[in-house]
Amino acid sequence: MRHILSILLENEAGALSRVVGLFSARGYNIDSLTVSTTEDPTLSRMTIVTHGSDDVIEQITKQLNKLIEVVKVIDLNESEHIERELMLIKVRATGKDREEMKRMADIFRGRIIDVTEKTYTIELTGTSDKLNAFIEAVDRAVILETVRTGASGIGRGERILKI
Amino acid sequence: MQISGAEIVVRSLQEEGVEFVFGYPGGAVLEIYDAIFKQSAFKHVLVRHEQAAVHAADAYSRSSDKVGVALVTSGPGATNAITGIATAYLDSIPMVIITGQVPTPAIGLDAFQEVDTVGISRPCVKHNFLVKDIAELASTIKKAFYVAKTGRPGPVLVDVPKDVQQALAEFHYPDSVSVRSYVPVTRGHPGQIKKAVNLLLEAKRPYVYVGGGAVLGGASDEVRELVRSLGLPCTNTLMGLGAFPGDDRLNLGMLGMHGTYEANMAMQNCDVLIAIGARFDDRVISVPSKFTAVPKKIVHIDVDPSSIAKRVKVDVPIVGDVKLVLREMLDLLKQTPQRIDADALASWWKQIDDWRAPNSLKYTFSDELIKPQYVVETLYEVTGGKAIITSDVGQHQMWAAQYYKFAEPKQWLNSGGLGTMGVGLPYAMGAQLANPNAQVACITGEASIQMNIQELSTCRQYHIPVKIVNLNNRYLGMVRQWQEIFYGNRYSESYMDALPDFVKLAEAYGHVGFKVEKPSDVEGVLREAFSAKLKERLVFLDFLTDQSENVYPMVGNGKGLDEMDLPAHMRDNGGNAGERDYGNLS
Repeated sequence: MRHILSILLENEAGALSRVVGLFSARGYNIDSLTVSTTEDPTLSRMTIVTHGSDDVIEQITKQLNKLIEVVKVIDLNESEHIERELMLIKVRATGKDREEMKRMADIFRGRIIDVTEKTYTIELTGTSDKLNAFIEAVDRAVILETVRTGASGIGRGERILKI
Repeated sequence: MQISGAEIVVRSLQEEGVEFVFGYPGGAVLEIYDAIFKQSAFKHVLVRHEQAAVHAADAYSRSSDKVGVALVTSGPGATNAITGIATAYLDSIPMVIITGQVPTPAIGLDAFQEVDTVGISRPCVKHNFLVKDIAELASTIKKAFYVAKTGRPGPVLVDVPKDVQQALAEFHYPDSVSVRSYVPVTRGHPGQIKKAVNLLLEAKRPYVYVGGGAVLGGASDEVRELVRSLGLPCTNTLMGLGAFPGDDRLNLGMLGMHGTYEANMAMQNCDVLIAIGARFDDRVISVPSKFTAVPKKIVHIDVDPSSIAKRVKVDVPIVGDVKLVLREMLDLLKQTPQRIDADALASWWKQIDDWRAPNSLKYTFSDELIKPQYVVETLYEVTGGKAIITSDVGQHQMWAAQYYKFAEPKQWLNSGGLGTMGVGLPYAMGAQLANPNAQVACITGEASIQMNIQELSTCRQYHIPVKIVNLNNRYLGMVRQWQEIFYGNRYSESYMDALPDFVKLAEAYGHVGFKVEKPSDVEGVLREAFSAKLKERLVFLDFLTDQSENVYPMVGNGKGLDEMDLPAHMRDNGGNAGERDYGNLS
């Protein structure tokens, strides 16, 4: 099953390597990983999307907690949460595709952020599923390039990951 | 007053009360070696290979309550140290390794003797640091010692670039250190402890399974009290030997791949298992699904939450310092009016005694060929069971574990997790330096000993009088045994040809050597080696042993604990070597 892990870790050189090394060394999956500093510059917040059985997810969480630089780990799937991912997708926009791509962007509440005679670049935000749905919905042949950030997640309401 | 980074390293080690530093100089640590030259608070032991420096520091730690320290240079110094670091990591040994690094401006430029030490060591250390700022040098070393010895212990590496060693700063060694992201659990959860006690008191077939965590956690007294107060059967893992005395009737011996019949059968058939600082690894329980085929309730006490439910699901996990948790369990047992079911326990013991009766460690003594088991048994008698024993890896390691009945924790030093051949001699060095008055013997084989044989020179330089018991069967014995059993007697590259004359070799290094070829000479030579006359000398005892001897019992690949391959006298077919029975012999 797909899980979203939120990790608070020391913003130190090598901390990211430790997390990534742990996943590869123990044969865990990383579907996506995103990391950046928080409002406290000494801390980084990482979101890892992974999948595995409950036992595997439990081991991943324990192993992450064991890393000296990891301050806190939560599995967002344990309760209500919000997930967002950003995708920039460059599509061919010529002939009848030009109008069609504009329409598709509107339907998915995307924004066209760069326009040339032959291309649009569309910015799309949402759950990873929504971004997948967009890719499925458009003709593969018109997609020139996609770049995705990987999912970021946060707990709903009063559920807060902080020191 | 400002002092150099190199002096800060030395002063920090002094502040930590370090007694010995095991190391090897080189370009990137010349500054630190210069600072060592100017001090006398700790001694430096110059090994002959960096791997041995780490092993010796590891053994110093294993055989005492202190943190071992190794010091090596950058590049090849660091890579040579890696095997030693991984060995310590797999067995959770607290130690600090200081490595030199090329100057910070040269990092990443493929400088001479540059390697990404922090990167290479990352998967086999508890933690590591690259110190880029001299202002953080002292506090980093303080943190390194703190992290190494707290929680589940482990090796911590500090990489110090040469320019940081040369820079100047004021020296302040912090009294204490706290790391907000590292807060090891100490006390167990009271509710869980209560559940564990209740489960134990309701048991019909209880069993106590004691691992290396009980040794590392200093919980031997509590283990003994728990086992003896209730008269429970118990077993020690390879790493736990000595936590409960090997010669006590309540101890069923070591369990696992080469455990005794009774220890493994009790493990398989118990109904309540108390696991103390043990991790249900593959060499202990073999296949998890076969182990859990007989339903049992499991209490698992461990300081490391990730050790719990890793291979086997447990009913009562208790995360905490094993000593503190056991102490609370003992207090609770005293307050609880409930008593364990004495009749059930008596019939459980009767079953165990039936398993024990045939003596699965019995071997056939020979007048002509030296049996390796006989050498270990005789060593046990000659040393009064009081020696610190180190071993390498292979058949001799298993015979040492089976036949030397360790009475105390920290008396048995071996590479249980990583299984590193070549640890035996450097382990003996570190143990002897930590315990100058103890008798230290290294039980090894002709293959393992050659992996760090150069340390005979170090032993000469520092007058380290260990006794080397070489069980020389001219084979990589455990490899040969597996080839015999699983590979149709195809002994691929397991014969050790062109062996040196070990007696002459020992003499060339300035030591004493004996070659022993007859069983009737074994005891006399051992007595001589441990006599007052040779007390100050390293003695190399080369025993030419029976080449065909195998380690039994044995839990083969993919077999359950109750599917042991047994010694000849316990086999249904009377021990025809050609038709060994791998079936369920229970």
